[in-house]
Amino acid sequence: MNGTIQAPSIEYALLAPILVVFGAAIVGVLVEAFAPRYLRSAIHLPLTLLSLAGAFALAVWQAVKGVPTKPAAMGAVAVDGPALFIWGTILILAFVSVLLIKDEEHFVGSAAAVPGSAEEEQSLVERAAHTEVYPLLLFAVGGMLLFPAANDLLVAFVALEVMSLPLYLLCGLARRRRLLSQEAAVKYFLLGAFSSAFFLYGTALLYGYAGSVDLAKINQALGSVGGQDTLLYIGAAMLGVGLLFKIGAAPFQAWKPDVYQGSPTPITALMASGTLVAAFGALLRVFWVGLGGLDWDWRPVLYGVAILTMVVGAILAITQTDIKRMLAYSSIAHGGFLLIGVIATGTTRAQNTSALSGLLFYLVAYGFTTVGAFAIVTMVRDAGGEAWHLSRWAGLGKRSPLLAGTFAFFLLAFAGIPLTSGFFGKYAVFQAAVANGATPLVIIGVVASAIAAFFYVRVIVLMFFSDPAADGPSVVLPSRGTAAVVGIAALATVVLGVYPQPVLDLAHTAAQSLFVR
Amino acid sequence: MPWLSTLMGVSVLGALGVTLVRNDKLAKQFTLVVSLIVLALTVAMAVQFSPNGDKFQFAETYDWIPAFGVHYGVAVDGIALVLILLSVILVPIVVLASWHDAEAGKRSVRTYFSLLLVLEAMMIGVFAATDVFLFYVFFEAMLIPMYFMIGSYGGAQRSYAAVKFLLYSLFGGLLMLVAVIALYSIAGKGTFMFSDLVGTIQDVTTQKWLFLGFFIAFAIKAPLWPFHTWLPDAAAQAPAGAAVLLVGVLDKVGTYGMLRFCLELFPDAAKFFTPLVITLSVIGIVYGAIVAIGQTDMKRLIAYTSVSHFGFIAMGVFAMTTSAGSGATLYMVNHGFSTGALFLIAGFLIYRRGSHFIADYGGVQKVAPILAGTFLVAGLSSLSLPGLSTFVSEFMVLTGTYQRYVVPAVIATVGVILAAIYILWMYQRTMNGPTAESVKSLPDLNAREKWVVAPLVALLLVFGLYPKPLLDVINPAVKDTLSSVSVTDPKPAVPVAQEGQ
Repeated sequence: MNGTIQAPSIEYALLAPILVVFGAAIVGVLVEAFAPRYLRSAIHLPLTLLSLAGAFALAVWQAVKGVPTKPAAMGAVAVDGPALFIWGTILILAFVSVLLIKDEEHFVGSAAAVPGSAEEEQSLVERAAHTEVYPLLLFAVGGMLLFPAANDLLVAFVALEVMSLPLYLLCGLARRRRLLSQEAAVKYFLLGAFSSAFFLYGTALLYGYAGSVDLAKINQALGSVGGQDTLLYIGAAMLGVGLLFKIGAAPFQAWKPDVYQGSPTPITALMASGTLVAAFGALLRVFWVGLGGLDWDWRPVLYGVAILTMVVGAILAITQTDIKRMLAYSSIAHGGFLLIGVIATGTTRAQNTSALSGLLFYLVAYGFTTVGAFAIVTMVRDAGGEAWHLSRWAGLGKRSPLLAGTFAFFLLAFAGIPLTSGFFGKYAVFQAAVANGATPLVIIGVVASAIAAFFYVRVIVLMFFSDPAADGPSVVLPSRGTAAVVGIAALATVVLGVYPQPVLDLAHTAAQSLFVR
Repeated sequence: MPWLSTLMGVSVLGALGVTLVRNDKLAKQFTLVVSLIVLALTVAMAVQFSPNGDKFQFAETYDWIPAFGVHYGVAVDGIALVLILLSVILVPIVVLASWHDAEAGKRSVRTYFSLLLVLEAMMIGVFAATDVFLFYVFFEAMLIPMYFMIGSYGGAQRSYAAVKFLLYSLFGGLLMLVAVIALYSIAGKGTFMFSDLVGTIQDVTTQKWLFLGFFIAFAIKAPLWPFHTWLPDAAAQAPAGAAVLLVGVLDKVGTYGMLRFCLELFPDAAKFFTPLVITLSVIGIVYGAIVAIGQTDMKRLIAYTSVSHFGFIAMGVFAMTTSAGSGATLYMVNHGFSTGALFLIAGFLIYRRGSHFIADYGGVQKVAPILAGTFLVAGLSSLSLPGLSTFVSEFMVLTGTYQRYVVPAVIATVGVILAAIYILWMYQRTMNGPTAESVKSLPDLNAREKWVVAPLVALLLVFGLYPKPLLDVINPAVKDTLSSVSVTDPKPAVPVAQEGQ
């Protein structure tokens, strides 16, 4: 020690996708500060889309150039095959979600105005708009990129917060049903803050156990440090709580329906796709890289969590009457199916590759279908905004067959009917699990799928087999952005359902290098 | 020439074409033409089939998803061929019969006929698949068009029936999915091709579990007692045309699956479970028949007769003698025609009077003799009158079963007697006696309807008197299947009656 602090070496090129997104977010904040109001939206939109596209191009370029085998930034960020795949997925899903956000009617004019007050009236008259949603969204996406790539627990925590804080804000900005939206934001913030605290406390305890927050070092310590098991177990459990909360796994699922319901629908779409992908990436990395040596202990727990999540998601979804809440419970159930993929990781390299690639494929398939489904939810409107009550969807198949048909197709994909992407996603995960001897779990999984099919089918029944109400909701002519989102999502659902091989290959290649240790 | 892909391709393109036609009448004509083209192509393919050639003919195999070892593999043996023939013969008949069905509900006529053609492609695919995974894909995917056909175009309780149908089948299918995955993992061959998987599972306990996964799916589909409760609802609520395809073809996938997959992939387990399956079949035969007698709704009655008939088919499959196996396969075809005719003619009757209930009819014979006459022929075939097609198959199943399982065969024969009761009693109540006031002005079959009924009645008669062409195709395939299960026919104590007399 000579008293001087060595400057850390940072591989800027490797981190470029993240940096581009964060850079654009900061530029976006400056735009908010300096650009005149009437110009902001016109600047934000291209900036956001271009930065996401640029980051995607950079991620692809890195994947083509060769995946690094060592963590970057002094071991803090691991840019490996799975991370690059997850980045690509998140960036595409975020891009698609931005196309939905473009339709600014979803957001409140002035979030600070009390609902129903004179200020709110005035903000409507002035046609005020919160253009901050764009930089906020970019910050959230930046956090989503960093979270699954974080190779030490502190970076993971920072990423978690960077991802979550903008989302707490965005949740509260819905234009309609504002009280519900604000309630969602507060709930999400409070519960999210609790879960972050759990995560941080777990980090501290593990630091106490291993003397490091680096995932690889923690794993090494599992074999060498003795007599500190209390710290280890409590720490690992707390990390698990923090991560499972973000996934929305039972028993930490309670926030999901409220938040999905209250948030502006484009933000719900982003959370249901991007956040889920990021959280699963992080969960895998922490448990597999950091606590891989402890898997005899966490695997049975995850087993139970997966079962509970599938069952709770599938059963509670049946009783829902709000379309967004139903999709939230569906997302919980799918989280359970994805957890089967986490449990399918095993002892051999081939097994890990197959489990990981199945999981990655599932995330892509589910992400696209989800964004598409929420995009359709934005299009079915009543006088007071989106037609949220399921009964309002009755007879939609007669009124606008194309829209209802597409939505039915997405629902069938959620249900995992063959020739849709959802089927191969489920299949890939189930197959990996059976190969790893988790057949009982898979049987519970298919039973849960059958239960889940019931409520998806129920919506189809409503749309196609019931007669439309006289004053039923109108289907707005979609903006070009929304139409593009639905189109992309439907195309992805078809292509991945009929010819999944290219994406499976890609996921396999990404998974082959596994997470760097 | 890739025959099977062409057949499916023509149907799918036809389905897309129908949605593009703007005029409803043109759409119907177009559908009819497409289904006739498919029929002609199938016949052209069938005449090239050599019964004593390779087991699987017209084979096409391409990699579909190499990552999972999944192939697009299609081919037919004798069993699959006759079932595909059954499907493609029924489709144009159903198209013609459903000419006005879709209009009643003010729903899209084009969608109905488009779904019909999609279903046709999937019916061909499911019987032709030689890759277990591909079979599963068709098995599940074909639920969706049928679901919409029942749900959108069916009777008053249609959405309940459609959901019940879908969920039952889906649940069975998902159990099968687990078995399919486990089969792939345990076999460890890295492929789903049926021919590569035969004989890979040696461990009997494993076989039993996998057998159950497949069997429950097929038993729900067939449906076997006690998994049958969805069928009467679905068949009664479906429009008559869809009911024909549902009972005539879709349910055959279940019995076909038992014969093809349960027996060949898991021979030891199949032998272990045979007593159970035979018991269920016999219960189904008697139960279905007794419940059918008590029905007041014509379509439900016909649905319950099918539960009884499926008992015969399943019993024939699991009796594991050549005669019973061939009889069961032949039964699948004949049942499709005879029940199809029953459903369609009952459908015409219901369309005229607007009621499902037997009590609302009486003496129809006097006002609509052709309708009544053809109904009687179809009914007599259903109760296995000698000279009509079902008799041959039922006789073969019973004698074949008798060779191995005497008591079940004897009990099952009771089903034949009960069949006479439920058919003739229904006929008596609807067609004979004084003409009910409400049916006094009932018109007889019109030209279109005669065209629907004529080919079916002709087939019932032809195959009743001369089933040899079908049996020539079926027998080698069944023998081959049974030899891979390594069973041989027991030596008969007395000479067995000649087939097809």
